[in-house]
Amino acid sequence: MSSATALSWFARHELRLAWREWFAMMTGGRRKRARAAVIGLLFFAALLHVPAWAVIGRFADLQLPLDKSSLIVISATIFLAWTLMLSQAIESVTRVFYARADLDLIMSSPATLANLFSVRIAAIALAVTAMALLFSTPFIDVLVIGGGARWLAAFGVVVAMGLSAAAIAIAITILLFRLIGPARTRFVAQVLAAMIGAGFVIALQVAAIMSYGTLSRFTILTSGSFAAYAPDVDSIWWWPARATMGDSEALLLLLALGLVLLGSVMAVFSRRFADTAIDAAAYGASGSKRTKQRPFRGGSRQQALRRKEFSLLWRDPWLISQTLMQLLYLVPPALLLWRNFADNSAALTLITPVIVMAAGQLAGGLAWLTISGEDAPDLVATAPLTPSSVIRAKIEVVLIAIAAIFCPLVAALAFASPFQAAVSAGAVIISAASATAIQLWFRVQARRSQFRRRQTSSRLATFAEAFSSIGWAASAALLLALPIAGLVSGLITAGLVAITWKFSPKRN
Amino acid sequence: MAEFVGRRFTVPKHLGIMVASDAKPDGGAVMKPDRSALEVLGLTKRFDRLAVDSLDLTIHAGEFYALVGPNGAGKTTTLRMVAGLLRPDAGAVSIFGIDALANPVAAKQVMAWVSDEPMIYDKLTPLEYLEFVAGLWGIAPSVSEPVAEGLLTSLGLEPHRHERCEGFSKGMRQKVALAGALVHDPRLIILDEPLTGLDAVSARHVKGLLSERVRAGCTVIMTTHILEVAERMADRIGVIASGRLVAEGTLTELRQQNGHADTSLEDLFIALVTLPEAA
Repeated sequence: MSSATALSWFARHELRLAWREWFAMMTGGRRKRARAAVIGLLFFAALLHVPAWAVIGRFADLQLPLDKSSLIVISATIFLAWTLMLSQAIESVTRVFYARADLDLIMSSPATLANLFSVRIAAIALAVTAMALLFSTPFIDVLVIGGGARWLAAFGVVVAMGLSAAAIAIAITILLFRLIGPARTRFVAQVLAAMIGAGFVIALQVAAIMSYGTLSRFTILTSGSFAAYAPDVDSIWWWPARATMGDSEALLLLLALGLVLLGSVMAVFSRRFADTAIDAAAYGASGSKRTKQRPFRGGSRQQALRRKEFSLLWRDPWLISQTLMQLLYLVPPALLLWRNFADNSAALTLITPVIVMAAGQLAGGLAWLTISGEDAPDLVATAPLTPSSVIRAKIEVVLIAIAAIFCPLVAALAFASPFQAAVSAGAVIISAASATAIQLWFRVQARRSQFRRRQTSSRLATFAEAFSSIGWAASAALLLALPIAGLVSGLITAGLVAITWKFSPKRN
Repeated sequence: MAEFVGRRFTVPKHLGIMVASDAKPDGGAVMKPDRSALEVLGLTKRFDRLAVDSLDLTIHAGEFYALVGPNGAGKTTTLRMVAGLLRPDAGAVSIFGIDALANPVAAKQVMAWVSDEPMIYDKLTPLEYLEFVAGLWGIAPSVSEPVAEGLLTSLGLEPHRHERCEGFSKGMRQKVALAGALVHDPRLIILDEPLTGLDAVSARHVKGLLSERVRAGCTVIMTTHILEVAERMADRIGVIASGRLVAEGTLTELRQQNGHADTSLEDLFIALVTLPEAA
């Protein structure tokens, strides 16, 4: 087999694996669900056009040349999308490094490793770009329908962004390996991915709060002072914005830049990619992480279970990064709370839905990890405890963790507005309890490492958990502003949770 | 010749069947079981096909019992039902006189289960894992900690006791799981293919540890594909095929029952399991 044939064969192999992984994720590994998954995906894509229209529809008529303020808003939006892609790409690269999978087979084959890993780098770039295209399509559709075919160039910008995000993610991850070693890279990369994804929005919100006392990030972007510091309208910094609006020269340059960046990363890092993958695999085999010695602790059987769950949660890199991200999202409202501490500003109301939503989301993740993600199910099932006492101990862990995170925020809120604090506390409890209950009703036996795929076991549970968190957040916010509307929203959300229970497998 | 260890006793393998009530410290008595460690009656489980078919099984206290059979014969399903991991469709399970289906918590208190796939927590160290298991069985730390340390030392895991299990080989993981099964000093240990993935030295460690437990009066039930292990370690061997117990007894008894005085267990096994399949 010639080198080129071998490469194209390996590329086809990688694409087939990526497609099957994605397909399994969409269908939960059941081929019979394929039709339902396609219909669901099309419906979801059609549904996404509604929020896309609401968010971006008003920009469809924009024409070149643009004023500086519009350029800033469009560029910031593109940069935000790019940071999210970068975050996803870092996560993908880390996963490739630490998944041993076919590494032994590849390494022991007579093929040139640098070439094979170049293909693998390209496959990562393609996966990141495909995902970005999937999510950006409704937004670009809205712009094309409202403003004409020139907006189709935005697809090209998404491709360039995907290529560059993947290239930079690979470079960052390999550098992290070299700097801090494989033991710490997985954790640091996950935290970094979470921070990059959330960081830009939060930074804008923090700046808006500090300057204007509002959570809206657009306030700072459209301000005169920001425009004064921004480059001139013909600067290269505005190329992405111009390319998005149909400037073909800017688009070609961006695409070329993306390709050159990815090509350079392939040339420089493909050989190191192999070394890094070996290091990661060797780290997995050596397991050098040590824990300090301390005496055995006594207590009840439930206490033993709770201690085990807390230890595992504390040592879970995914959970730490996700919690950090949730906490990062809480920074702007906390800052807003601090700024408006003296006056009962209306902006303070915004804190409640953010807290409630975060509590619901975090509780859902924690509940999956403790209830479904049991790595030694046989051990727990053969222990002399009733199943109900095991479940109770695990639920207690989720609620204690939520209380530990959200109590300080609610307590701070109580100093500014006791009523709002009471509403927030109640909603946090209900939101966390709902998410936990949904995870309990839809529990499946899985390994903790399968957390990323937890959504595949039940789409209904995934959507119910998301809608319940949103519903309770909206209900709490409305209860503060329009109590009747809040009660109605609360009843609807309770109805949604009840319907979820009705359809849950554990009910039978 | 029976040898008393505290209130417990062990029996030489050739006796096959044993007793406590009639046993004398000076030995020599014909032994009968005072009570069974495990009694299974009419145990039945059906998945898409009949996995276990009205199985009756009695294992005496202090006995090392090996359950052998071809793949898919129903060994693991039987033991999972005994351990309370699977609910049988029909039948009864009694562990030291405790109805395991009616009172599973009491039954679980006296037994331990080790599966062929070691299920431990990657993010815990072996010592933390043993602390957790001892806590689940309600063992006081003053008792469990020295036992845990001793087990890790005897299994060769002492240098790794403060390392997280995430980097452990399958053999090391199996040893941690086995230590977990022993840390609460169970009276009945159920092991499903415990030697899978172990190197020769580790396998010898594990076999030594299990023999030691049996000598101390513990009852061990083990499934294995390694017939040599069953032959050398077990007091009695049960051969299961198509969900039914097709033969049972000491190796000598099995040979006599089948009229092959000098055959190896392997030949005997093949002769026994091919009969129901042919039928």
